[in-house]
Amino acid sequence: MKEFDGSPTCVELLVPIFQELWDQTGWTKADIGFWCSGSSDYLAGRAFSFVSAVDAIGALPPVMESHVEMDAAWALYEAWVKIQTGLVDSALVYGFGKASAGVLRRVMSLQMDPYTVTPLWADAVSVAAIQARSGLEGGTFDEAQMAEVVARSMSDAASNDSAIRKGATTAEDVLAQPMYADPLRRWDCAPVSDGAAAMIITAADAPGFDKLKGAKAWITGFEHRIEPGALNSRDLKVSESTRSAGVAAGVDGVDLAELHAPFSHQELILKDALGLADDVRINPSGGALTANPLFTAGLNRIGEAARQVWAGDSQRALAHATSGPALQQNLVLTMEGRS
Amino acid sequence: MTKLAAVIGVGQTHHRAKRGDVSMAGLLREAIDRAMADAQVTFDDIDAIVIGKAPDLFEGVMMPELYLAEALGAPGKPLLRVHTAGSVGGSTAIVATSLVEAGIHERVLTVAFEKQSESNAMWALSVPVPFIMPVHAGAGGYFAPHVRSYIRRSGAPTHIGAIVAAKDRQNALKNPYAHLQNPDTTVESVLASQMLWDPIRYDETCPSSDGAIALVIASEDAVARSDINNPAWIHGTQMRSEPTTAAERDQVNPQAGRDASAALWKQAGITSPIDEIDCAEIYVPFSWFEPMWLENLGFAEEGDGWKLTEAGETRIEGKIPVNMSGGVLSSNPIGASGMLRFGEAALQVMGEAGEHQVDGARKALGHAYGGGSQFFAMWVVGADKPNH
Amino acid sequence: MSELGTLHAPLNVEFDYTRSLGPTLGGFMTGLKRRQILGGVLSDGTVAVPPPEFDSITYDPITELRPVADVGVVQSWAWVPEPVPGQPLDKPFAFAQIVLDRADKPLLHAVAVDSAADIRTGMRVRAVWADEPAGVITDIRWFEPEGDSPATTPGLEGDAVEGIIAPVNLSYDYAASPEESKFFRGLADGRLIGQRCPVCEKVYVPPRGACPVDGVPTTDEVEVADHGTITTFCIVNVPFAGQQIPIPYVSAYVLLDGADIAFLHLILGIDAADVRMGLRVKAVWKPRDEWGTTIANISHFEPTGEPDADYETYKVHL
Repeated sequence: MKEFDGSPTCVELLVPIFQELWDQTGWTKADIGFWCSGSSDYLAGRAFSFVSAVDAIGALPPVMESHVEMDAAWALYEAWVKIQTGLVDSALVYGFGKASAGVLRRVMSLQMDPYTVTPLWADAVSVAAIQARSGLEGGTFDEAQMAEVVARSMSDAASNDSAIRKGATTAEDVLAQPMYADPLRRWDCAPVSDGAAAMIITAADAPGFDKLKGAKAWITGFEHRIEPGALNSRDLKVSESTRSAGVAAGVDGVDLAELHAPFSHQELILKDALGLADDVRINPSGGALTANPLFTAGLNRIGEAARQVWAGDSQRALAHATSGPALQQNLVLTMEGRS
Repeated sequence: MTKLAAVIGVGQTHHRAKRGDVSMAGLLREAIDRAMADAQVTFDDIDAIVIGKAPDLFEGVMMPELYLAEALGAPGKPLLRVHTAGSVGGSTAIVATSLVEAGIHERVLTVAFEKQSESNAMWALSVPVPFIMPVHAGAGGYFAPHVRSYIRRSGAPTHIGAIVAAKDRQNALKNPYAHLQNPDTTVESVLASQMLWDPIRYDETCPSSDGAIALVIASEDAVARSDINNPAWIHGTQMRSEPTTAAERDQVNPQAGRDASAALWKQAGITSPIDEIDCAEIYVPFSWFEPMWLENLGFAEEGDGWKLTEAGETRIEGKIPVNMSGGVLSSNPIGASGMLRFGEAALQVMGEAGEHQVDGARKALGHAYGGGSQFFAMWVVGADKPNH
Repeated sequence: MSELGTLHAPLNVEFDYTRSLGPTLGGFMTGLKRRQILGGVLSDGTVAVPPPEFDSITYDPITELRPVADVGVVQSWAWVPEPVPGQPLDKPFAFAQIVLDRADKPLLHAVAVDSAADIRTGMRVRAVWADEPAGVITDIRWFEPEGDSPATTPGLEGDAVEGIIAPVNLSYDYAASPEESKFFRGLADGRLIGQRCPVCEKVYVPPRGACPVDGVPTTDEVEVADHGTITTFCIVNVPFAGQQIPIPYVSAYVLLDGADIAFLHLILGIDAADVRMGLRVKAVWKPRDEWGTTIANISHFEPTGEPDADYETYKVHL
């Protein structure tokens, strides 16, 4: 959503989302073995901002619970690992953030090197724009391709209730927009978004598995990698961490990809890094360019891909999440439907 | 299912009020380099990195692990950043353990740090929230009323906190890494120190420290292939959380801590913790939390924890030595404090605790808590492989 | 949710962080103080500005620093149409990656030009130095097109720099939850409005977005008394940055009659040493014309003079 009129703890957002999960699955909180969330103190503007979110669980009796200061896609990774240990067999993962509480692109400059970059308040849009220009002038992609990404995303988002910026749009419409952070137009940049999301994952041998309602998407690969923090030590035109995470997760045979690209050119970099063929459908949900609630936007990509698998519209799907300036850290999950 | 995991390397910094000689990255690397040397590994041997620290507001960097990737040796590898309030050091070690227990990685480097001298924790924890009363006064202000409740409930004599503080400060003299090195601290001097958050005195509070700790956690196979012959085998790990405030929530003896420890003892095959655990590193940022957690952890019946403290049973030579390293009361780089407890427990069963070694320690507890006594993380490590 | 929307207030997070530097960054900042830019020699022999503390390939510390020029070439850039506070210029400018002469890896900094049409990749630019360099990255105010101005001569003055001050100031719009907003609006009318959890029937004051035990919204409104019992407390005697109440003061959990959870407030009207668990207290409201939507409408609590509450009546609230 564009601006959530509520507290930065997002408890009010999470309560109905958890209820939706119980309705969808037929489970209750007693069926959940592990809880894990992703959020950011700096997005909320206060220390320990995730603590109140525990209220939404209803955590007495106490729960086994953890939190990452990352997008909730990595919380899902932590939960998935926990299930692999055999110590738990199910998990509920959630992410939330109220990016509209501060000036987001300025807040995000606190992710840069605190000695030599943050004092310049190098904001997130400028850093992404520098990356875009590297690709444009380096011949990796062109303006028309970026416009195509925007047009397709906004058009596909037309039917997505959660999307903020949407509607039938052509590449010509995009190119007719004025430059904003040259070489980026406003539509090349994800809108500032608030939101929350939650997801349940389970092992097939969980005691409550047989009573689960609804379709399932089976996780077949789950990997993530990070790159150096120093921007000048990376080739910004490519995403090596996405490539290696994709190779490790196994991207062969995917027919759909939900890519977390908060800037249009980043989708092009990601598609190239993953080696996705042109017939792979990308971001039928509209993707992050139409709604990018930070700290849950990556988890949203996984949820959107799972929906496609549930509906039978994808046999094998890939979801991706990113974190850090200019695609520094990337996660790839693959999943498939089984009959 | 669950694969065995062990700590094969422990490294920590010299904790000080201000480590003006290093940057944040330099501080971390001091701990990492020592841990990797202890484990006889290099970055090439590390499969993944798990880092933890307390709120980003302490250093004024949003997700500092991003800019620290090179210092962590992380590029090209998976990196996770955990944040579970004060328990984070413990939770971080547990997440790293999970990566090995799940069979995903062979060797994981886990690191926790805080460079508190970059700012002021009292400020960061007391940023006024609009509309509510600004009576908050940092962590001490938060916990002091609950200490008062404990004293009322248990009927403990009021000098118990001073006994804990004097013991931990004396233990710190045996630990070259400890921040506070005050040979003159006695029960009397603690009692004579200023009352800050009545009933908590100045000498009963933890310092504010710069510091870091790193552990290398390895699989059974990786241990077998190494020259490490004294790993600390991980016998069990548990985490539990509950809300900060809830009607009739027990804030003195929280259920989350009781549940976590009960599950931990079961997992580690322990039926009588006080008889089977040789020593414990427990998160005690204010002295009174030693008797409170002794009860919460099941080392004593409810209301009786202070009797162990008063009888000297928590000293290094006692029945259940607690915080041999000097504990949080002697070094408190907040985000690292929990992992220091976990790492010091490992050092004990590895036989590498130096002057503060408990003779013959075979099984040890590492414990951390955070938030409003609501997040708990703990593990049991042993000199022997678990036999269950 | 209330049709009024939630209550909002500004929340400022401001601190001047004191950062110690260590050898590599210390060397770089010392150079800046002397109007000299130093690059770090990486494991592959290339030179990066600023010098990274650790090599991105070997992860070894970067120890060799080498002077580079304060002029160089724009490698990539972005236009900044709406500068945010703290950025090098307060009018539109460009951020650019600039490869300085004698360096290989670019420095990220600002370039002062009037419009996006005035900058291009490949353009040569020169550092504009602060009048009194302090050993911080902003000693380079920005870069400008190279032009004909004379080269800067590094000064040899300036002590070694070991630390920097890094101010962080962020402004947020803080919103209370819908439930809290009702509570605060009630306070503006002199009422204390709690809500009852429909499952466990406990009364929460202030009401919560979710009952922390049951995870459901608290719904039924319940007005509670403005007097109650101190369950436990502490006497704050420690000064700290940002403190708003003079010390010593008593911060106490007050369990209002009719509520099932205590909340923190200030106790006055009694010597701090005489405050005790079980003390019965009542709200002292500020003059009505000073009321707002805040719990600070209650100036403090003071003793009612009633006998102390029996321990049994509040012991489950500790």
